[in-house]
Amino acid sequence: MAIAKPSSRKVQWKKASLPYLYLLPAFLIMGVITFYPLIYQVIISFTNFDTKHLLLGLESPELKFIGLKNYIDIFTAALPVENFNFFRVLEFNFWWALSNVMLHVPVGVLIATLLNTEGLWLKRIYRAIYILPVVVPPLVVATVWTNIFDERYGAMNQLLANISTYFGQAGPIYIRWFEDVKPPIPGFLPGAPLTLAYYAMMIANFWLGWPFMSVVATGALQSIPKDLYEAASIDGATGGQQFWNITVPLLRPAMIPAAVYGFTLSFNLFNFVFFMTGGGPARSTELLVTFAYNLVRNLRWYGVAASFAVIIFGVAMIVFLITNRITRATQDYPEA
Amino acid sequence: MDALKATTSKNPIVRFLNMNTSGQTSGRSLPLWRQLLLQALCLAIFASVMFPIMYIVTLSFSSKTTRPSSLELIPKEISFIAYQQVLDKPTGNPVTFAELLKNSVVLSVGVGLAALLIAVTAAYAFSRLKFKLREVLMILVFIPLLMPAVGLSTPLYLLLNQIQVKECSKEVVAIQPFTACEGGAKGKLLFNLRDSLLGVGIAMTATALPFAVWNLKGYLDTIPKELEEAAAIDGADTNQTFWRIVIPLAAPQLAVTFFLGFIGHWQEFVTTWLFLSQPKDYTLAMTLYNMTGQYANSVPWNRFAAMAVIIALPVAVVYIGLQKQIVGGLTTGGVKG
Repeated sequence: MAIAKPSSRKVQWKKASLPYLYLLPAFLIMGVITFYPLIYQVIISFTNFDTKHLLLGLESPELKFIGLKNYIDIFTAALPVENFNFFRVLEFNFWWALSNVMLHVPVGVLIATLLNTEGLWLKRIYRAIYILPVVVPPLVVATVWTNIFDERYGAMNQLLANISTYFGQAGPIYIRWFEDVKPPIPGFLPGAPLTLAYYAMMIANFWLGWPFMSVVATGALQSIPKDLYEAASIDGATGGQQFWNITVPLLRPAMIPAAVYGFTLSFNLFNFVFFMTGGGPARSTELLVTFAYNLVRNLRWYGVAASFAVIIFGVAMIVFLITNRITRATQDYPEA
Repeated sequence: MDALKATTSKNPIVRFLNMNTSGQTSGRSLPLWRQLLLQALCLAIFASVMFPIMYIVTLSFSSKTTRPSSLELIPKEISFIAYQQVLDKPTGNPVTFAELLKNSVVLSVGVGLAALLIAVTAAYAFSRLKFKLREVLMILVFIPLLMPAVGLSTPLYLLLNQIQVKECSKEVVAIQPFTACEGGAKGKLLFNLRDSLLGVGIAMTATALPFAVWNLKGYLDTIPKELEEAAAIDGADTNQTFWRIVIPLAAPQLAVTFFLGFIGHWQEFVTTWLFLSQPKDYTLAMTLYNMTGQYANSVPWNRFAAMAVIIALPVAVVYIGLQKQIVGGLTTGGVKG
């Protein structure tokens, strides 16, 4: 029992500094490769940084501070880029994430409930197969689905052709999933036309999205006591009533964080947009992250890209504050 | 029974696969017509899940480089020629499959490991130690998590691009920005940190590190404190508790965190595609994109499909391995023993 005497100052100082010693490696490295770049980003967002300043960076003699010009250009659609309107992209981005989650969560819950049916044959096999979309890397999923929606050789048009022969319409179908600019349902989302490419991406992301929700819902379903259902059926509640009055309320605590997670994931779903549509046609499926990537990788307007990243950060902060109120994800570790 | 269930696993996927599905809890059985109806529904979902998978697998077993003009979801032939060709000569560039694989592995394993090792002590401090700036520093770690990877890669691109090694003249080498060639000569570029695997690794670690701290802290929070308290009564100080108690207890989760990092970075595309320009540094994921990208009309589709399967397989296998890891780790767990 070698407990140090609390009167010794040196020991006390050592004890107080110990936590910071544990934090030192992470903060030292994050300081250089995370925090410093973030600050650097804010600085160059006020400059006209482009390719000719690449070598010398902030020390380049021609680098000019141009105040808020980049930000103003982005918000007022004054960038010399075709079809770019920040607020339309923002609206589409929110709608894209929201519509995905609104689809994935109910379907995931329903399929989990289906698989939870007592006495259903082959449950184990279905569960093992239904998890496959979660296991395949999204990059592969995106490239494969791009190929499926190909106009001439894509499996989707071929499938539709097969189906339409049953309705007496023979012949191949050529739907231009990624090129058609005309929205199939005009005026569905005011201000941001939803082209066919949006629906194609929805289909692909649906395939990827519901199995995860189903996994979460199954876990929550298993923790609902069976007696509740037995008591309800003794009281004469139908299957539907049991679902709405027992299953849904008891699933809510598990599904809301999962839905929030799904929302953030879809909100920044770079792979799908980049591989499938490249943001097109006419930037109708552009997300904030894909446009930011475009600014850096193709246009090489680093100053504008930095301003755009700062704006994305602001949007992410707002999304986080809203979702955090819903989930209270950052609850502190309860001190004993 | 309930206690056993509760300790099975934290990971929803593992729980999902290990669920009690025997349905023997109560004697109710399903009427046949209902059973058949639900089976039909299950089979329809089964078909929709398998549709893209079978499509790409069928394509990968084809010996023709073109895509079929009508729907084929079951392989007509089993030919490994596409796999053979991909392994032999994956791209038009003189780069071997082994090199691409090495680049992918070096990046995903390196970043996963680096983030884990640097993060673990910080996660412990946030989870267990009391200190003045705890709240402030936690928020500071959390802030970069809000920034999507694309957002952080812009300044990193610019900063890493300024670190270059140049050959000014024979045997005179300048390392920018610390030294420059005499008289402002441009010199010959030998090494650009941005355009190298090391640079990409640094950029990927920048986003992986805050995530690892946050993730590990979340896990450490769930480890019961009893063992540490017992150790403290026996006279162990913080360092001893950390190395002898917490690290062994957290080992399975450290492995899981590493593997999750590995899976995430194995298919990383955003940063690599932005930073790297030389074919010798390409990763498997970049190659897959390159195969469909610009020259889509001359794409050898069976090889593309084979590549997609090759990239997907290790991740699927790791997922299965991961599951055993977690279950095994938890059955040998501490508090009960």
